[in-house]
Amino acid sequence: MEDRAIIQLDHVSKSFTVRSGIFGGRKNMQVIGDLSLSIGRGEVLCLVGESGCGKTTTGKLIVGLIKPTSGRILFEGKDIWSMNNEEFKDYRKAVQIIHQDPYSSLNPVHRIYNILSAPLFRHGLVRNRSEAEEKVLDLLDRVDLTPPGDFIYKYPHQLSGGQRQRVAIARSLTLNPKFIVADEAVSMLDVSIRLSIIELLRRLKEEMNVTFLFITHDLAMAKYFGWEGRIAVMYLGRIVEIGPTPRVIENPLHPYTKALLMAIPEADPQVTRNKTPMKLRSLDIPSLLNLPPGCSFNPRCPFWIEGTCDKEVPDMYEPENDHYVSCFLFRGK
Amino acid sequence: MTREILNIENLFVEYSNIRGKVKAVRGVNLKLYKGENLALIGESGSGKTTLGTAIIRLLPSSGYIKDGRIVYKGNGNEYDISKFSEKELRQFRWKEIAMVFQSALNSFNPVLKVWDQIYDTARAHGISNRNFVKERAISLLRYVQLDPERVINSYPHELSGGMRQRVLIAMSLLLEPKILILDEPTTALDILTQRNIIELLRTIKADMGLSMIFISHDLSLAAELADRVAVMYAGAIVELGSVEDIFYRPKHPYTLGLIKAVPTVTAGFRELYSIPGSPPDLINLTPGCKFAPRCEYKNSVCEKDEPMLVEVGQDHFVACFRHKEIGNGR
Repeated sequence: MEDRAIIQLDHVSKSFTVRSGIFGGRKNMQVIGDLSLSIGRGEVLCLVGESGCGKTTTGKLIVGLIKPTSGRILFEGKDIWSMNNEEFKDYRKAVQIIHQDPYSSLNPVHRIYNILSAPLFRHGLVRNRSEAEEKVLDLLDRVDLTPPGDFIYKYPHQLSGGQRQRVAIARSLTLNPKFIVADEAVSMLDVSIRLSIIELLRRLKEEMNVTFLFITHDLAMAKYFGWEGRIAVMYLGRIVEIGPTPRVIENPLHPYTKALLMAIPEADPQVTRNKTPMKLRSLDIPSLLNLPPGCSFNPRCPFWIEGTCDKEVPDMYEPENDHYVSCFLFRGK
Repeated sequence: MTREILNIENLFVEYSNIRGKVKAVRGVNLKLYKGENLALIGESGSGKTTLGTAIIRLLPSSGYIKDGRIVYKGNGNEYDISKFSEKELRQFRWKEIAMVFQSALNSFNPVLKVWDQIYDTARAHGISNRNFVKERAISLLRYVQLDPERVINSYPHELSGGMRQRVLIAMSLLLEPKILILDEPTTALDILTQRNIIELLRTIKADMGLSMIFISHDLSLAAELADRVAVMYAGAIVELGSVEDIFYRPKHPYTLGLIKAVPTVTAGFRELYSIPGSPPDLINLTPGCKFAPRCEYKNSVCEKDEPMLVEVGQDHFVACFRHKEIGNGR
């Protein structure tokens, strides 16, 4: 494994137990299946996929909010679930998450000052109120909530959605993180606000050399934010394609990625009306409780090979440099 | 061909709450022509959903029409919807104008099977012939590419988001309305499902020739389906024109800003720009153009007077004093 990697997932899987109905038995639902992934220092990796594909679960696994059922998650080469207390504390400081919903991720009864100073006190980065205030003002300034004095003693409900998301971003910066997971960080915001938040994240990435895992369902945003990085496409708990962003967008290999790009409505009438969507064999996504054998896209895939795709799970093939795809169409290429 | 079916005249809608009166729709003039697709585009709080629900008089209890008329032209007559009584509204809704609400799950009663909801809807609008309703429902469900036998006996939670949206669209067509209003019909659906709904709406339009109003924050939905687009900001229409005019020759700084703020996937990489600031408070509105505080083209006039819609090209209207200076396309 390369030593440049800041986060590595080594054959990680995650299952949840669910009950079906009041009297039903317990069932195992595999949300992530055998996921291996390496994220390099300073990189932007965009994780895209539709709802229920496991992208949020992946984010939570990486920041250590949930434990994998099997496999290891490594931070700077160390398995996070066999770290000692000191190491785990350092890891928790270094890896932060920005949640999707700025309306529920900030405690409504705390002022911005309390929200942002709590982690500073917790990790002993400030000793008293005046130090904390100074640091909080600096954080607010960094996320363009200016003048910061106007915001520091406000409550979250006094702020707009965009301003709240800026506070959430400021909170993720309190401990000088090395790695930030942005989980649909702009999806809830209005179009005109969205881009300014993206620009802010970009700037912070440059200034602080933070590594980003950008989780989104929006391929266009992934393309825009992660043009210089990589895109990983997830489908039903597995990565089906991963590669440099321009390659994945301009030369998609996996039938699922192709189907997405051919289907996505775009804000340009001529472009979007000339799309010819791929004819899928089925419109419905299989349930995670009842995954099809073989490649999980095979029941919908127009290119499926009977006897192969519905029997075996394809490996990751590398038909072009750094561009990997998990599809039998590329076996031996 | 271009006969108007709906004419909204100088409409004002307000909500009262503790802080004061929210001026959600302020002086909207808008016509809907027979057989056209009109998109109402705007961000949250722009008044687009309020305008849509005002048309079928389903405003929440704190909302009311302050002024203006909503004239529906059908069956050779003109009716002012804003003056309808409850009884007249029951006769009118669903038969003449139907609406598909945002968030497909919440539109259903969770403890009723799909069939019961369909039959309830039909009965509420005066059709109680069970067999007739069943036949019509089955053919409509099949039309929206669902398996009628399965769907009709299902509870809403047993259906996926895309299926529920298709059921709602089928239900809205039950009484053959002349106008269909769809509030965020593709929001919160997966990409492949969105595409499916868009194709379905295209087919419906081609087959039934009804007029549709799409309410959305999503520019790509307008790009896909609209003939004309109305851009709303702070309760007013700031620009109105053909889909080509709006996307390729926008004349309002806000429209231009919106289009420049949305990335595309397959149309190559282009630099984007964000609009600074945030939308105004609709309770304490400042005088002048409501977009002026965020506008890079503003001058002293913009802060004093509010511009009216003026025609800047054929059927292309814009409410901006500085429209001559707004870039030609991108």
